[in-house]
Amino acid sequence: MVAESRETPNQVRVTADEGREELMLNMGPHHPSTHGVLRFILHTDGEVMRKAVPDVGYLHRGIEKLAERNTYAGFVPFTDRINYLEPIFANHGYVMAVERLLGVQVPPRAEMLRVITSELNRLASHYVTLGSVAMDIGAYTPFVYLLREREHINDLMEALTGQRLTFNYLRIGGVAFDATDEWLKQVEQFVTGFEPIIDEFDSLISGNEIFVKRLVNVAPISAADAVGFGLVGPNLRASGVDWDLRRDQPYSAYPELQFDVPLGKGKLGTLGDCHDRFLVRVLEMRQSCRILKQALRKLPSGDIRAKVTRIKPAAAETYAAVEGARGELGYYVVADGTDKPYRVKVRSGSFASLSIVEHVSPGLMIADLVALIATLDTLAPEMDR
Amino acid sequence: MELQFDRGPEGGFAVGTLDALINLGRKHSEWYLLFGTACCAIELMQTGGPRTDADRFGMVFRPTPRQADVMILAGTITYKMASRIRRLYDQMAEPKYVIAMGSCANVGGPFYDSYAVVKGGDLIVPVDVYLAGCPPRPEALLEGLMLIQQKMEREPFFAKASGKLPPPADPWPASARGGAV
Amino acid sequence: MTPVEIKDRLVQVVGEPVEWQAGPADAAFVVAPEKWYAAALALRDLPELDFAFLRTLCGVDRPAANCIEVVAHLFSYKHKHAFVLKTRVGRQAPRLATVSSVWPAANWHERETYDLFGVSFDGHPDLRRLLLPEDWVGHPLCKDYQEPPSYQGIPMMRPARPAMETKG
Repeated sequence: MVAESRETPNQVRVTADEGREELMLNMGPHHPSTHGVLRFILHTDGEVMRKAVPDVGYLHRGIEKLAERNTYAGFVPFTDRINYLEPIFANHGYVMAVERLLGVQVPPRAEMLRVITSELNRLASHYVTLGSVAMDIGAYTPFVYLLREREHINDLMEALTGQRLTFNYLRIGGVAFDATDEWLKQVEQFVTGFEPIIDEFDSLISGNEIFVKRLVNVAPISAADAVGFGLVGPNLRASGVDWDLRRDQPYSAYPELQFDVPLGKGKLGTLGDCHDRFLVRVLEMRQSCRILKQALRKLPSGDIRAKVTRIKPAAAETYAAVEGARGELGYYVVADGTDKPYRVKVRSGSFASLSIVEHVSPGLMIADLVALIATLDTLAPEMDR
Repeated sequence: MELQFDRGPEGGFAVGTLDALINLGRKHSEWYLLFGTACCAIELMQTGGPRTDADRFGMVFRPTPRQADVMILAGTITYKMASRIRRLYDQMAEPKYVIAMGSCANVGGPFYDSYAVVKGGDLIVPVDVYLAGCPPRPEALLEGLMLIQQKMEREPFFAKASGKLPPPADPWPASARGGAV
Repeated sequence: MTPVEIKDRLVQVVGEPVEWQAGPADAAFVVAPEKWYAAALALRDLPELDFAFLRTLCGVDRPAANCIEVVAHLFSYKHKHAFVLKTRVGRQAPRLATVSSVWPAANWHERETYDLFGVSFDGHPDLRRLLLPEDWVGHPLCKDYQEPPSYQGIPMMRPARPAMETKG
């Protein structure tokens, strides 16, 4: 048996039993196809891998320790940095946990604004994901097209919050800024203009022969594995588990909205393969547009922030989660009666999805590993915090 | 020193020093390393994207440091990543430049109090341009790249090659690296 | 099932808890460290509980109570109920049985808890640091953690802070 080793890579070793050569290659942390700073130590036999061991922590910034030094409200901008592609969701989970500890009731207009910005954020995040999948397979153009669409969302969010990325929009008790009618009209125009582009994207990419050959039947993850390793979000749904926090444990304004939850079906290959994970995200974009249209119509008037004077929750703890673009983003907040949290633990989807790579990788080719990481949509800051 | 153009009916002449000619070519093909750690990397991506197209300046991304002129430290630098960034910098060929993009690369940013974050890229590699912002807008990054272009214009290329200019101060020399690889 | 019902069912298997924290927000079942593995197995395997999803397993350092709490948040997709299982280990050389054979997700969560708190998990297939460099000294999320002055020659504090001028 080959012994585990974390020595310098690029060693060629002969295994005793088979007489084949095993090459230990290093992939990352600087690599064009890793999403953020990830490192893999590949044990390969030619092009086919025996195992891919992830090495993480290159973006570990100690955010959970910083939570203990900041006040509850002062920690909200840090949650943006936990997941910078979906900062509204990251804000939302934390703010929901603190609101639960304080017993604060968020006004309905603020809840609906949260939903509108959340779904815009989900679209923006999926643009980057789907563009990256296409780019890692080798098609550069869809990535740039989707970046163009993402600029529209960046403009909208900048008009509302003042920031293109890391919005810091949610506050404990509501949202920071109100939306004008002009802005809402612009969002509606954007959504109506975007829907035909999903069809264009779908027809060009999802059924494309090369794309299908690269993604179908690659690294299928069974439902039992997905649940056991803690996968969430589109990864879990692509493996056939029908679970979405927005529908099954509704929060915020989602109970008033109608939407479907796309599931992987293994139409073109095996259930839970890379193509399923990709297709689920494309279908989710359609559902996001549907939610946005309803939310814009149903937006009530009123306050955007509940009156919260002193944020000093009594000693208690809670776990609150939202359904982000990468799945369940949960916060375990422990309060001890002071104005600073005692402990904040962030539960992210990327942590789980990277932990399954070592289990799924045997037998994959190195290029398939790239497709796997891209479709699992791992994001380094969420994983390392 | 700029090239002087004298356009005449036959096409014209350009007159100037050899440095001006070389730097004209260098500044219009400023290749940056495709590297980013955190949120600023997304804005770096958008800078190369359709709206703030960096490609029209000749700035294309290169995945390998051997072919890159400028390394943009986009994002937070952790202690685990520091030795790898230094290795990438060492692998780049002279003349090379570094842009510290964003608060984290400038001074550690919002993570200044964190145990795992290097308090600024200039503790690891010599930095030429600092960009403020969290994250800086694509226009700001473009301005940073253009400042590097201005630096390239002023650079006495031949003078440097003959050893007249001192090399930039190294904040993390190999002797001080402890057990780092 | 409500948390109290789940607690009653679990008590039938592992006995009374060391403490039952009933609220005010989330309830938690504090079990003795020796019964941690048995409780985990029961929570996963009993069909009316069916906690197949380990949401998170983390540590909370409590120097005032001279212990480190290891907290597991569990969820069941089938029954749509959640539960919090806790245990307390000492702060000097903390050890606990691994549950990575019960939930594969626990593998990395336990590595992270070892990395940040120093809790050793007996029987873990690959217990080494996950997020921090391999030669890091100390466990940062403990409340009494002291930062070293430098790491591999890079100072922990920025060397020269400009003096801030104040008016008046």
